[in-house]
Amino acid sequence: MLTLAIFTPLLGAITLVAVPRLDERASRLLTAVAAATPLALLSGAWLRFDSGGDALFQQVTDVEWIPTLGVGWRVGIDGIALALALLTALLFIAAALYPVDLRGRHRQYRAWLLFLQFASLGLFLTIDLLVFYVFFDLSLVGMYFLIGRWGHGDAQKSALKFFLYTLAGSLVMLLGFLALYLGTDPLTFDMRELIAQQPLAGGGARAGLAMAAVLFGLAVKTPLVPVHTWLPPAHVDAPGPVSAILAGVLLKMGTFGMIRIPLAMARETFAAFALPLAIVAVVSIVYGALVALGQIDLKRRIAYTSVNHMGYAVLGVAVAGAATGQSAARSLAITGAVVEMVAHGLITGALFLLAGSMWQRTADYRLDHYGGLAGPAPRFAGATTVAAFASLGLPGLAGFVAEFQIFVGTFAVFPVLAAIGLLGVLITAALFLQLLQQLFFGDTPDRLTGFADLGAREAAVLVGLLALVVLIGVWPTWLLDLVTPTSGLLLEINGAG
Amino acid sequence: MRGMGAMTPGDLGPELALVVGAAVILLTAIFVPRRLQWVTTPLACACVGVAAVWSVRLAMTEPRLGFMGDWALDRVTTGAELTILAVTLVTLALAHRWMRTDPRAGEHPAIVLFSATGAMVLAGAADTMEIVVGMLLVSVTGYTMAAYHRGSAAAVEAGMKYFLIGALTNAVLLIGVVLLFGLTGTTSLAGTADVLSTGDPDAVVLLAAVVTIGVGLAFEIGATPAHAWVPDVAQGGPAPAAAFLTVAPKVGAVVALSRVMHVLPDAVIDWRVFVAVLAAATMTLGNLAALWQDDLRRLLGWSSVSQAGYALMAVVVMERSPTAAGALVYFLAGYAAANVAAFGVVVALRGRTRITDYRALATRRPVLTATLVVALLSLVGIPPLAGFVGKLTLFTATLQGGYGWLAVLAVVNTVVSLYYYLRVIGPMYFDDPAADEPAPLLGGWATAAAVTAGLAVVAVGLGAGPLLGPLTSGTLLP
Repeated sequence: MLTLAIFTPLLGAITLVAVPRLDERASRLLTAVAAATPLALLSGAWLRFDSGGDALFQQVTDVEWIPTLGVGWRVGIDGIALALALLTALLFIAAALYPVDLRGRHRQYRAWLLFLQFASLGLFLTIDLLVFYVFFDLSLVGMYFLIGRWGHGDAQKSALKFFLYTLAGSLVMLLGFLALYLGTDPLTFDMRELIAQQPLAGGGARAGLAMAAVLFGLAVKTPLVPVHTWLPPAHVDAPGPVSAILAGVLLKMGTFGMIRIPLAMARETFAAFALPLAIVAVVSIVYGALVALGQIDLKRRIAYTSVNHMGYAVLGVAVAGAATGQSAARSLAITGAVVEMVAHGLITGALFLLAGSMWQRTADYRLDHYGGLAGPAPRFAGATTVAAFASLGLPGLAGFVAEFQIFVGTFAVFPVLAAIGLLGVLITAALFLQLLQQLFFGDTPDRLTGFADLGAREAAVLVGLLALVVLIGVWPTWLLDLVTPTSGLLLEINGAG
Repeated sequence: MRGMGAMTPGDLGPELALVVGAAVILLTAIFVPRRLQWVTTPLACACVGVAAVWSVRLAMTEPRLGFMGDWALDRVTTGAELTILAVTLVTLALAHRWMRTDPRAGEHPAIVLFSATGAMVLAGAADTMEIVVGMLLVSVTGYTMAAYHRGSAAAVEAGMKYFLIGALTNAVLLIGVVLLFGLTGTTSLAGTADVLSTGDPDAVVLLAAVVTIGVGLAFEIGATPAHAWVPDVAQGGPAPAAAFLTVAPKVGAVVALSRVMHVLPDAVIDWRVFVAVLAAATMTLGNLAALWQDDLRRLLGWSSVSQAGYALMAVVVMERSPTAAGALVYFLAGYAAANVAAFGVVVALRGRTRITDYRALATRRPVLTATLVVALLSLVGIPPLAGFVGKLTLFTATLQGGYGWLAVLAVVNTVVSLYYYLRVIGPMYFDDPAADEPAPLLGGWATAAAVTAGLAVVAVGLGAGPLLGPLTSGTLLP
């Protein structure tokens, strides 16, 4: 079932490429079906998911692929993977349906989008370290073509920068993976084995180097300061839905990887890295927020808030990996980190879609060129306001649930860092309020009086995403029930009790 | 297993099939009228088929030293031979239409077969004199192939450069072989290993032998310091010849280098460091030079230099890591498929070579563009293509063999290489098409060959399981 969920989008992509006579409507329908099937399949997996079970991975399939290397087609889910896979499936439906200028190449655009969905779902659902890496790289290829071909501005250069930076990170990470792999006996890339064997335990400098390599690769993808510089151009020049995917799904691969690999597979070594990582995370939080505040470009501003928000998630993971503090607090932190990932995916996804709509209408991201849009475009204003408030962490919305848990956890383990990190929350509040004010209040410039409000398709997609944001905010139990047992298992398996 | 075996000509079956075939082709080309000269290509393809079947049959037996103990019949030989034969087949298809206007079109397949024989001799040689023979055969025919278009100044210049560097390095190789013979009194690698492991060889002479043999073989490997011909032949030679010459001799020569080096006692002379330095210099130099190329064929030539550097990584850790031999053959096979596919696309597009000629190609020639993209991404090492599994096994073996710094350098090089491969890929896909006519194609044979090679890149990557299994179980003879 999981395998099917991964391959349906690929099948859709191949069909789109192979059948040249599909018209726009047919290709849209096909894409919608291919993108929606994984959500249905994953919902089925969710229904069968046993959150009381004591095995970390459920619904496992295990087929040999390259037996000599110990690589296999292994898929399985824990609560965290399932939550992120569901988010992924949902965001891809949103992105596939959201209207955007396809420049006459609807088949190719949608094929690449579905290919990217295939890679993303594969990454979250696989439990083989090498296959994880394969999907990690495939996601780069898909994103490269999407940005380069359908982006605007200096899209080719941004795509190139994105690919170069993240490939550099992923290759360094590969060396770390190989170090992990060479520590197993018999040699295998099976994540269950890697988690059970803790191959880096007691490895001294070699273990440290391997851990640094893995963390570096994941930090580039996340992205953390100072290896975040590929992110703003990639975001700014990508079409709206693609930005939404980049922020909503691809960035999660970094933080998801941190939970899956360093935290789970190299507990002991990761504990030594927890404090430095937490410091980097706090730097990202504050720096991201400050730089975002300084942006006059709508999309750049949202892009930098991603650096800030992913910083929260990393902080949560780092706290969970620390060797000190109560395990309850650390469990809270990691659960918060996962909720942050889901919330950020939904919220920032929605924000980037809105920014994409803005570009469709005016081809302009300069904040100071706007004003008073609440008049001609009330739905636009409403959606943006909800998303912005969620992003700044207003109670009752998804962002708050996540940040609250992370900071409670952090106060128990690294109190000083938590205090500094809270600054970031303040700054984010300021920058979003300022953004709303500039876009929607004040006088409407003459050329914007004809500004079209959200169309039906746009509104439907956004309402769907934002409804979930509100749902998580007021009734988070369903999500927490999914994630919390896995967080507990992760910390417990590793003998930290 | 060591020592003199029986003189069984069947052990040389694949090579004999090619040599006999080449002779028949030469005779055919002399007597058959001009309009029927094309039959030599199918004839040559048939010989390649026979050789491949024979090679597989030999692989069914236990690995051993055949033909009086001078011929290594192991999995490495088989893997290398099959790779060379596949490259030969694709080259024949690519050259078929390309050479048709050439007055000596009929003889061309014979030259290709001779050259392939030389490469295969290098791959199977368990005797230093055989290495010399293989080297000379592949070089001499290579010069001819590179300069086959006598009317083209670029081709003649490329051939001349190839010849001059080749003449020098072949002599250097011979010096190395003689030094080794002087130390041990035998040219058989098995015998060399025996003598060197028991006696107390002179480290200085051994060092001289390592350097001279290394530099000699570096010529056909396309490795520093004897790499300078590669970009010229890639750019100036006939494109099908470039496809062959940047791959087939390299496969044979790297295997030959592995065999010679690993019989030398690394306690007396640390040849591993020497090869590691060669590998590091080769991959870095090739990459840096490729960065600035605006000519696709020249870029592929330099990239082929840098790929040679990766291949040498496996030689460095040969026997230190149990997977090194398998990694080497697998990497070479994946590299061969990708490189031939890339040159195949160039041939199919009638040799168009400036990167700007490839702008917006995706809209006009989607299949060929996809083939080129797959080939280039495989050369970068993007999963799940052949190049990825090749690099993965290489990196693993290198780390396992204790050469972490080399693996790190390879990673840095890979990132750099992405930049210049994307410089080709980007414009093909991202630029909007101009109004002019689509690029003319060379014909069915060339397109089919290029696409087949592209599919092989994917197949070798996804089919890594069954391919790697037999490779890793074997060790390097003698």
